[in-house]
Amino acid sequence: MKEKLRLYCTLFITTFKISAFTFGGGFVIVPLMKKKFCDELKWIKEDEVLDLIAIAQSSPGAIAVNTSIIIGHRVLGVSGALVAAIATVLPPLVILSVVSFFYTFFKENRAINALLKDMQAGVAAVIVDVVFDMASKIVKKKELVSILLMSISFILVFFFKINLYLLILSGAVTGIVYKLIQKKRKNAI
Amino acid sequence: MIYLELFWNFLQIGLLSIGGGYAALPLIQERVVENNHWLTMETFADLITISEMTPGPIAINSATFVGMQIAGIPGAIAATIGFVLPPFIIVITMAYFYNRFLSSIVMDGILMGIRPIVIALIGSAGLSITFTVLWNQSKLIGVINSFKDINIFSLVLFLGSIAFLRTFKPNPILVILGCGVLSVLCYILT
Repeated sequence: MKEKLRLYCTLFITTFKISAFTFGGGFVIVPLMKKKFCDELKWIKEDEVLDLIAIAQSSPGAIAVNTSIIIGHRVLGVSGALVAAIATVLPPLVILSVVSFFYTFFKENRAINALLKDMQAGVAAVIVDVVFDMASKIVKKKELVSILLMSISFILVFFFKINLYLLILSGAVTGIVYKLIQKKRKNAI
Repeated sequence: MIYLELFWNFLQIGLLSIGGGYAALPLIQERVVENNHWLTMETFADLITISEMTPGPIAINSATFVGMQIAGIPGAIAATIGFVLPPFIIVITMAYFYNRFLSSIVMDGILMGIRPIVIALIGSAGLSITFTVLWNQSKLIGVINSFKDINIFSLVLFLGSIAFLRTFKPNPILVILGCGVLSVLCYILT
């Protein structure tokens, strides 16, 4: 019993710390978690951790939170998943609540306003850079379906404001149909 | 009821933001800026700036910030729980069946079909933000009408940041902080 309680505490403290001190989102947090839970605590084996991360990445939601959930679940079941999720969500929840509170005041200040505005230029550049990297990966694969899906949905979203949920669902259906046809063709040969 | 509305909207965002942090941006923009008018495009851009500089996933940061702005701390909690609930259920379900899920043709197909669309969505959100930064307009028509009113200093920062990102692949926070430092210098000098 005492042993189990200690596990819960370690799980909570570890995920809380990783979430509180890691800047830069999921892609930075995931390797850190692997190092902590796999190399240091030895709760999970190396090859298994890769499977867990794959699940976390293919589920919707924030990758960092998903990875915590699945590691918590692997170690201590559903209650472990809950503990890990709370520990991961708590730091941003607290920090952003404070920031949001002060934002209303700071927004009145012209100097701060100008500062935020100028930093937005950097943010826009970061997003454009990320999109460029991801899009060129798709183009390099030379899969016509993917390239078409990407270009058509960009036009539909940006110019025609199509419902995003409908678009994502139809993308999923297209992908499934495509893979099924591909498999049938392979079997036919 | 506002708490339920926050919960319900972020539940839908949580259900469909596949592909990590940036993938949630266009969905949040649609729900929060365009459909419910909870934030203006400018505040949304500020929110992303703040998210990039604080720890934690962008989606959680957004849920908390929007909830706080609309309905205080209970609002922040309602929105955050809404966002985390769908992935929580899905991740645990997948963990039970994970061998079957990971190698199934359905899962392959879903990811294959969704990935390019998510990139297009992020691209669209990125373009809106760029327009907002450079012209104070989030739509193409607005940009065309006020094309000459482009903010030169922002344009310089934007192009400089892109060049820096593409050549040195630095941590994004450095780029954003760099813009902040230049902004302060410019403010002091003028």
